Order: sequence, then C-alpha cells, then structure tokens
Amino acid sequence: MHELQATDRPLLEVKHVTKRFGGVVANHDISLSVERGTIVGLIGPNGSGKTTLFNCIVGHHPIDEGEIWFKGQEISRYRVDHIARMGLVRTFQQTHIFGRMTCIENMLTSLPPARRGLRDLFGHGRRADRARALELLEFVGLYSKRHHQAGSLSFGQQKLLEFAMALMNEPEMLLLDEPTAGINPTLINGLVDRLRRANSEMGITLLVIEHNMRVIMNMAEYIYCLAHGELLASGPPEDIRNDQRVIDAYLGVS
Amino acid sequence: MSTRTAGIIAYAALFAIGLFGPWLFPAHLSQFSKLWLFMVLALSWDLLGGQTGYNSFGNIMFFGIGMYASAVLQVGLIYPVADYTAAKGGGTEFVFSAQQIYAGLALGVPFGGLVAMLAAVVFGALLLGMRGHYFAIATLGLAVATAELAAGWDYIGAGSGMIAPPLPNDIDGTRLFYYLSFALAMLTIAFLAWLYATRFRLAINAIRDDEDKAEALGHYTVRNKMAAWAISALFTGLAGAIYGNLSRFIDPHDIAFNAEVGVWMILMAILGGMGTLWGPVIGAIVFFISKELFWTYLLGWQRVALGALIVVIVVFFPEGIVGWVKNRWPRLFAPPTEEDSPRQPDNGGEAAHA
Amino acid sequence: MQNLQLLFQAPVFNVQLFLDGLFIGAIFALAAFGMALVWGVMNIINVAQGEFVMLGGFITLLVVQAGLSPLLGIPAAALALFVLGWLLYRLVIWRIVDGDMFISLLATFGISIMMQQLMNEIFGADVRTAESGLGVWYLFDGMVTVTQIKVAAFALSIVIGLLLWLFLKNARLGQAIRATAQNARAARILGVDTDRVYAATYAINAALCGAAGALVVMAWSIHPYMGLPYTLRSFMIVIIAGLGNLAGVIAAGLGLGVAEQFAGFLLGAEFQLAFVFLLLVAVLVGRQISLARKRQYLK
Repeated sequence: MHELQATDRPLLEVKHVTKRFGGVVANHDISLSVERGTIVGLIGPNGSGKTTLFNCIVGHHPIDEGEIWFKGQEISRYRVDHIARMGLVRTFQQTHIFGRMTCIENMLTSLPPARRGLRDLFGHGRRADRARALELLEFVGLYSKRHHQAGSLSFGQQKLLEFAMALMNEPEMLLLDEPTAGINPTLINGLVDRLRRANSEMGITLLVIEHNMRVIMNMAEYIYCLAHGELLASGPPEDIRNDQRVIDAYLGVS
Repeated sequence: MSTRTAGIIAYAALFAIGLFGPWLFPAHLSQFSKLWLFMVLALSWDLLGGQTGYNSFGNIMFFGIGMYASAVLQVGLIYPVADYTAAKGGGTEFVFSAQQIYAGLALGVPFGGLVAMLAAVVFGALLLGMRGHYFAIATLGLAVATAELAAGWDYIGAGSGMIAPPLPNDIDGTRLFYYLSFALAMLTIAFLAWLYATRFRLAINAIRDDEDKAEALGHYTVRNKMAAWAISALFTGLAGAIYGNLSRFIDPHDIAFNAEVGVWMILMAILGGMGTLWGPVIGAIVFFISKELFWTYLLGWQRVALGALIVVIVVFFPEGIVGWVKNRWPRLFAPPTEEDSPRQPDNGGEAAHA
Repeated sequence: MQNLQLLFQAPVFNVQLFLDGLFIGAIFALAAFGMALVWGVMNIINVAQGEFVMLGGFITLLVVQAGLSPLLGIPAAALALFVLGWLLYRLVIWRIVDGDMFISLLATFGISIMMQQLMNEIFGADVRTAESGLGVWYLFDGMVTVTQIKVAAFALSIVIGLLLWLFLKNARLGQAIRATAQNARAARILGVDTDRVYAATYAINAALCGAAGALVVMAWSIHPYMGLPYTLRSFMIVIIAGLGNLAGVIAAGLGLGVAEQFAGFLLGAEFQLAFVFLLLVAVLVGRQISLARKRQYLK
C-alpha cells in the first residue's frame, strides 16, 4: 500500500549512534537496521538503553554521534513531528493519549499527515476518516467505548487505543515500546495477532521493545539485544535464544 | 430539550437582548458595551488557555496594543499624532467630522486587531516553546513591560495617555460603540462556534491534553499553537480598539495594559467553564455583573471583594458553571445516540480472542 | 546617551550606582529565597510575595507610629507576617498545595489584590518611608553618599538568609522541610506531618518577606501597589539561580540590583521597570533557546 522505494537500502538504519546524558553513556556506538515489511525485536535488561534509542530515532533526543537514516534520508537533525510525518511513528511505554477527549476524537486527532492540510484542519472531517476510525476501534475491540473519555479507560484499554491511534496515522514504520506491558495476559494473544495483521495486511514495518520473551521470539524475524547501552548480540530468534552472552546478561537460565 | 435546541434558544436570546439593548437598559448602555467586550476577552483568552492549554497571563497586552494602534491610526489619518498627543486633549483645533470618525473607525479597529495579531506571532515565536507556569509568568512579564514602554513613549502620550478622537455632536457615541461592541461579540461567538466545530479544535485540544503525543503523531504543533494565539490576539485587539473609543481616554496602566484586567479574562473563563464555547460567555455575564455590583456598593473595598471572589472561584469552582452543570446533569451532554453504522457488539477490549 | 558619557567622565558615579544596586539587591535576594522555598517545597509560585514585603513595611510604620524604634519593626514585621502566613495557609493555601500550579498562581494573585486595596484603605496610596535615625556616610569627597541604614539592610538581609540556611540544614523542622521538598509522599510515610511542614514553609516565607519589607521602608520607601515588581524580580532570581541554591540566589539578587540601577541611570528612571520586566522575558527566552538545542523545553 506504500509506494515502493527504488532502493534496496533498509527502511531504517541506525549507524554508530552514541547518546550521553551528562557523563552517563546511555547508548554507545549502536548500529542496527530494519528491512521494509519486517518485524524486528529490541530486547535487553532494564536500563540497557532501549527506550533511549527509541527517543533518539524519533528525534526526541539529539544524538551525540552517529547517523540515523530513514527512507534514504539522514533524520537525526529533524524535529519529532517532522519525522512522524515522514511515516515513522512511535508509541510510549507509559501510555500517552488525549485524556479529556473521547476515543473517537482521539482517533480523528491521529489522522495521517496527508489529512492535516489547512483544508482538512478547518473542515468538518470526512465521512471516510470517521469510518476508518471506527473500523480501527473495532479492530482493537474498543468500538463500544468510542464515546467514552479516553482518560477514563483502564491502562490496558488506553494502550490499545494508543495502538489504534498509531495505525490510524498510517505510518510506514511503527516503533512500539513494550506493547504488552500492563496488558491483561488474556488479551496478549489478541494484541499479538493484531500486531501481526498490522504488519501483514497494512504493510507496516515494526520495531518492538518487549520483555515478554514468548511474544517477541514468536513474532520477530530478527532480534537485537542491548546491554549497558551497547549492542550485545543480534540475529534470528533461535540464535538469540541460544546465545550465551544474551543468556548471561538478560535471559538467565532458560 | 436537546442540547441543540437549547443552543439555538441561547443564541436567539443573546442576540435579541443585544439588539434591543438601547431600549432595554438605556441608562446602563456603556456598561453593557463593556460587558460585550469582556465577553470577547474571555472567549479569546479561552481559545489559548482553555482549548490549547497555554495559560497566558499577558493577553491584556493585545488589548492595549489594539487600543493604541487603532487610536493612532484614527488620529493619524487626519492630524500628526505627536502634535495631537502633545496637546493632551486640550488642543481645540483637533476637530473630527462625522465622516472622518467613521472612516477612522472602519480602518482603525481592524488595524488594531491586525497589529495585535502580528504581535502575537512575534511573541509566540519567542514564548510558545515554554510550557506551564513559565509561559504564564513570561507573558505576564511581557505585558507589564509593554505597559511600562507605552507609559514612557511620548509619541503616544507617555504616562498621561491618549484621548480617543473627539466625536462631533451629530454622532451618538454611546449607541454607536454599543452596537460595535455587540457586533464584535456576536462575530467572536459565531467565529469560535465555527472554529470549534472543525478539526482545528481537536488539534489544539491535543496540545492541551498531551503536547508530546501530538508531536509524536506528526502534528504541526508550533503552527497550531501560533494560530490559536494569533486568533486570540486578533479578537482581543479588536476589543481593545473599540474599548479605547468607548472609554474615550486611553491610560497605559489603568485602561490599556491593566494586568488586573488580564487576570479577569482568565477568571471569566474559569467561572463559566474553561474549554467550552458557552463557559466564557456565561462567565463574562456573571463576573461582570458581580464586578459592577462590587464597584457600586463596595466602593473602596471592591478589590478586596474581588480578590476574595477570585480565591473562592479558583479554589472551589475550578470546573466552572458549565462544568458544574455537566456533572449535575450529565445526560444533557450525553454522546449522540444515533449509531455510526451497524456493528457486531465487541468486548470493550477486555476479553481475549485470537 | 549623555548619561553613559557621564559614567566615563566621572567614574565615581559607577561606585554610587554599584553600591545602591548591591544594597537593594540583597533585599531582592531575601524575597527570592522565600519564593524558592515555597516553590521548591510546595510547588506553588506565590504571586503575593511582593505584597508580603509591602505588609512588612506597613507594620514597621505602625511600630514607628507607636513611638518605638523602627529597628524593632524588623522582628515585629517578621512575627506578624509569620502569623499571617500561617493563617493564609490554614484558610486557603492548603487547598491548592497538591493542585495545578495555574490555580495557585490565580489564587495567590487574588490574595495579592485583596492586600493591595486593604493597605490602600488603611494607610492611603501615598509613598511612605520610616526614618531609621541612622546617619549618612560620605565617600570620595562627598561624591558618593551611603546611608547607613542601607548598609545595615544589606548586612541584615545576608545574615537573615544565612540563618535560614542554617535552620534548613540543621534544625529538625528544617530537615523535615527539605525531606518534604524532595519527596512529599515518602516523607509522609516516614512520619513527617507534611501539612505542618507546608504551613511552616509558607509562614517562614511570609516572615522573610516581612523582614525584607521592614528594611525596605527604612532604607527606601513603600506604597500599596509596589508588590508585582517584587514578585517578578523574585521569580526571575529563582529562575536564574535555581531552587535550593542560596549562594546563587544572593549572587543573582545582587546582580539584578546592580543591573537595575545602571539601567535606570542610563535609560531614565521611567524605563527602569520596563528594563526589569524585559530582562525577565529575555532570561526566560534565553533559557528556552538553550534548552531547545537539547530538544527540551521550559516546564
């Protein structure tokens, strides 16, 4: 559904990125790449710099060294909103939703960038947008809550709403920060199914931070593991699962 | 009675009262003119404060800027402004004909609004990167600084202020400015009613609720904030331009850049209900009437009473009148009952199915 | 720019301006220290700060009217303001401690306009001053005049600031205040009565301002509508120095005092306040720009 790039470069390339906070090195010389249409996992113990790396990629933090390429452009100097409009959208570990607006309004606030011109901004909205918003709410199982204030939803529901908002944005690539954390275990399978469908049906490339090993090993085609702000290992899930360094630093005896 | 009918009735009542004002309350016409202008101030403050979440304590500067800009243009079309202000209203040779007054108003009032809007764009570029109370204090500092600068600038009369162009005998000023104020209030309500029905309201509410998220979704947050402040400043400036003519005398500290009036705007919006269209309208009416009563019956202690009122309102009624009604009768504000399209029932996201 | 030439032709004017700036700057620092305390501990920006200073001045005037030495006004004002601060906390402030900072700005603004007009009704709108009875020093062949009360005010402000700092560092209540500032919930769990701590903090701030006001009325002058500039100066000093940094507050206060004196001399007295407020905006914008480079913002 997205135009094909006439290039065989990966969709996202992180090259030798270093990020320091004062004297603390949060990310040191990290490189990774994500091919278009794939699902890639990012794992590592708490404090290993995963979320910092996300923040650097989407432009939330300026990086100290290195380059970040998305769709063939170096984006590390761009503003957050500019990068989002290029089609690289992230969700937050602690949910960020618009609490005083209803679910459907939250969805309509997340229209794709093409729908954000002045004509749309000062228009009353199109029927098709609303239909798509409802369709996505149904997709995540929140249709019956569409007129509820988003702030009154449970944490898990807010997380699903945030996911639906991210899909509404029609990004080319989605960075998900612990999508299953805080979600009712009975819901996780449903959510994983929806992530997969977002990838296969909507063609969205996914980079996922996840602590739930069962989920990430099942879902991802390729996994990067961080520890102490550095890239520890990378490879297909089965290699990572058996990598001694990863087991020592993170997985423990499995 | 649905909210829609209630809205129509409210519009009609407001319009009728306003239109027949000169016959309904002939003795208090200039107070009512001020009420309409205060309504504009509350509504335009709420566009930035209540809807966008940027609580400006300095919107009064746009009021003063609009007031001075309009007066300078109205005078400057006919006479050199510096001579006019140097005479401090005593120069009898500064006579304006009816045509000159009308032309001055027709050009000066919109000019006042535009200059205020321009100022908002410039200041917005500097200040809208700050959030929360830093923005509040920065705008307050800027407004007080503007007042001090105006009070030191001889061209516009410095500390002794400026007199609005004197009216010839064949113009009924009270009625003229009453209808101008009324028309501006109606224009503001109509414009904001339209604006809040568009996607723009969602865009600025998103900034209010979670600016980081709005940015992460790719919103043009800078542009939207700036637009909200510029529109707010435009209407505040227009109100200032009319107010200067209404009060006849423009004093930098007491009339044009009165920081206290800057807080009144906020108070009217809170009293009625921030982030709603009707809140500031109702808040302006209730506040203005209380204020007039204080000034009439408690003269000398009026600000003590007002200060107490401020404390009571913000501490006990931060939700405002509209918010209180919403809590009291939630069904009046229930979501539309009509279905968007037939659906199979879902589980509210709570149960699992793969 | 005649005055600028004057400064070069007669360098002794610099000394006068510099000293005057230091003296008044110490007062600014005192009020700012109180603001930083309330801000840091209670997360409230007290807009009535300048009004507390003004009240301290009027209480000293009452002491003088009673036939006592104005120097007694300093403890009297501090004590009276302490009580007033405590009362205000019990009546209003406790309701807004945990709330939105915007609400606290508005509520304390309401308190400030009440105080303005109350004092206006009781004492009138005139500019008032209290004769301290201290003499004047003439330096540089009489080119520079230094009233001894200004020197005393300067010294006393520094002493009061240091005493408060020692109190926060060592006294039990001081430690409770610092614990509450760092994490109110944890302090509560550890048995600190945070409500009392808040009341004490607000009252101590009022007392500080009261003492400052007593010094202001003796060394300079007061009137009912003098408050807002003092509040904004305090705010600016806190922004520059940061919360919980006494040395920084004193340095910023003195710096602001000196800058203001020179600005008033060079630009004309009518632009002195405009300079203060524009400086505030400039400081905020400067901070904002430097943060924006790190993709952060002032909040």
